[in-house]
Amino acid sequence: MTLHTDREYEADLQTLRQHFLRIGGLVEQMIGNALQATFDRNEQLALSVAESDKEVNRSELEVDELCLKVLALRQPAASDLRFVTFALKAITDLERIGDLAVNVADRAAELSREPPLQMYPELGRMAELAKAMLHDALDAFVNRDAVAADDILTRDDQVDELYWRFFRQLLVVMQNDRTAVERAIRLLFVAKHIERLADHVTNLAELVVFMVRGEDIRHPRSRLSEEATG
Amino acid sequence: MTGFSAGYSKGNVGVHDIQMEIEPRAVTAIIGPSGCGKSTLLRSMNRMHELTAEAWVKGSIELDGSNLYGTNVDPVAVRRRVGMVFQRPNPFPTLSIQDNVAAGLKLNGIRRSDRDEIVESSLKQAALWDEVKDRLKQSAMGLSGGQQQRLCIARALAVNPEVLLMDEPASALDPIATARIEELIHELKADLTVVVVTHSMQQAARVSSHTAFLYMGELIEYDKTEIIFTNPKVRRTEDYVTGKFG
Repeated sequence: MTLHTDREYEADLQTLRQHFLRIGGLVEQMIGNALQATFDRNEQLALSVAESDKEVNRSELEVDELCLKVLALRQPAASDLRFVTFALKAITDLERIGDLAVNVADRAAELSREPPLQMYPELGRMAELAKAMLHDALDAFVNRDAVAADDILTRDDQVDELYWRFFRQLLVVMQNDRTAVERAIRLLFVAKHIERLADHVTNLAELVVFMVRGEDIRHPRSRLSEEATG
Repeated sequence: MTGFSAGYSKGNVGVHDIQMEIEPRAVTAIIGPSGCGKSTLLRSMNRMHELTAEAWVKGSIELDGSNLYGTNVDPVAVRRRVGMVFQRPNPFPTLSIQDNVAAGLKLNGIRRSDRDEIVESSLKQAALWDEVKDRLKQSAMGLSGGQQQRLCIARALAVNPEVLLMDEPASALDPIATARIEELIHELKADLTVVVVTHSMQQAARVSSHTAFLYMGELIEYDKTEIIFTNPKVRRTEDYVTGKFG
């Protein structure tokens, strides 16, 4: 890849990229630990997730600051401009994913102190799918691979479907056993957080497509109705 | 412009086989590294290029359907229809502000009684009238650089051209004077077609609706300015606008 003639500018963009990847790696680890803590009923592991979130929050501020600096001082164009706008928007999604990992970990800590509840396979599959989506979205960013990013979008539908199946299963649990209601609601929150997490990964994947191809693929349904009304 | 090539001497090629249609009543920017042929192309558009001794051209540039390089076309008449403003303001140093604007009118035989009116409207169009109306008889050299450049624009506008060519019109000016010129360019496109050559990509992005990228005499990419600066299709354009050149 050709480098920028201005080495300082090149270095700024590299730093931004590294910051972004570091947060990506951190968030990926957080979500992995939060889910593992849920399934293993490991309170210690759950509590460690909140610690990492502080670093994610700090890094979000750093990324924002660096993006503003590059925009103000370098007036980036073309792929550089798309990268900086990507970073500005995608960092918000990453930070939210980090928050959701903390939410999952909090519920995991509570659940670990209560008698175990039956874990339906749907929750495990949702967790695996969402984790893989995040991993692949970050890979697509690194490899500038819009096709791989596009592929992630279709996987969000599977997560949504599993969520609703799991939701109905928990409803039955709650109807049959009143003592399980509180725990079932906590578990339902875990599922809801994973479902939201997958939505944020979808945003991330859409932004990768924009960064690579310069094509905004968000909100296709709204666009269709806009075209129809002319 | 169809199959247009031009050079400064035998064997020298400034621009090669340029094919482009310039949007009427809009601003088109030509960008590219030094020596890419952008000024040659601009100077060809009003036949100023041929003022260099061994200069040559091939192909055609049409304005309203007629070839500017056709036989029997008077280059002086072309320059009346296609005005030009240069990098450094070049008012006539011995003439007053008023006479600078009226210079072209005198040459074209416009009567003195009509001239005053045209001078006023041209200075107004160039957004300079309010600053100079009380000192029209004073020397143009007493004006600031930015005012002198607007005076040159007024002088070009006085002969009522259809096209205005601008070669780096703000590169010798401070940011405020540059902003005034850019604001003026926005206003001018209501009445005429503007083509600007600029080294400043930000300026091209700010003032133009279409941008042409030239490299080593070739037209590499020509598209809406927004596309050139957000998602150009050609790798060399991408490298140039992102600063990855040489």
